[in-house]
Amino acid sequence: MNEAAVSIKTYAFIFVTLLFLTATTFLVSGVDLGGLNAVAALVIAMVKALLVALFFMHLRYSRPLMMVVVAAGLLWLGIMITLTLGDFLTRGWLTYR
Amino acid sequence: MAQTIAPHFSQVAHQFDSAEQQRDAATLGMWIFLATEVMFFGGLFTTYSVYRALHPLAFAEVSRHLNITLGTINTAVLIASSFTMVLAVYGAQHSRRKMLVLCLVLTMLLGSVFLGIKFYEYYQKFVEHFVPGSAFQFPAPYTREAEMFFSLYFLMTGLHALHMIVGLGLLATLTILAWRGRFSSSYYNPVELSGLYWHFVDLIWIFLYPLLYLIGHHLR
Repeated sequence: MNEAAVSIKTYAFIFVTLLFLTATTFLVSGVDLGGLNAVAALVIAMVKALLVALFFMHLRYSRPLMMVVVAAGLLWLGIMITLTLGDFLTRGWLTYR
Repeated sequence: MAQTIAPHFSQVAHQFDSAEQQRDAATLGMWIFLATEVMFFGGLFTTYSVYRALHPLAFAEVSRHLNITLGTINTAVLIASSFTMVLAVYGAQHSRRKMLVLCLVLTMLLGSVFLGIKFYEYYQKFVEHFVPGSAFQFPAPYTREAEMFFSLYFLMTGLHALHMIVGLGLLATLTILAWRGRFSSSYYNPVELSGLYWHFVDLIWIFLYPLLYLIGHHLR
């Protein structure tokens, strides 16, 4: 499917969904869920990001090659965050006798 | 692919076989640039993750001093600007010049509203002595953590705002070119690529908003 065939209706629907998700993340963050607050915030942000990338940035209608570039970018970001936190979060695990 | 435009009138550069190939190459290049931008902002997001993991309570407490209302309004404004941007691309794709120009202007307007609100927030932070440096003031016991939080706040939103300013420059250029009728359904690569950039800047804010503004919301 060509991206030029996407209708304004689709874009409007994505726009309203994004606003709805913004309201959701605002309301959810006001309730104390403990550790789940951070999880909820990140999950909603990722869903919003996915909608923007797939529809507004036409990723859904682009060649798979673009998806490979996006995946590569996210993979390297993942490596950076995982290895860095892997260091900081495990420092307390070592005990010296 | 059939060439409907005479070669010397076409906007296909000579190294490309077709307009489609040129468009694919340009889009690929833009996505690769955006992947490097992910790493650019990624360093700051990683730093944020480390300090928030080390001081979760302090970050939540300090975050309450951000203006959550303005942050939420700005999120909606930026999402709306992404919507008008995608409509601009749609206008270009369908050779609708007036729609393209109007949507580009609307996008610039919304982008400017965002920056205006952002600068007002910065002004407030200066007044409240929340700007890291010699004049920084924050009540104990979280003074040092607060300075780290606000350093990250200014770095992350500042780098984001810088991208917005660059985006506004791109849009202004596009508006002039669009006004002169440079874009049509057969050639709109600059509109499409600037759109990708603008949406990417929106994406960054989609993560900044909950990570900076909302983490202390449940404490109110």
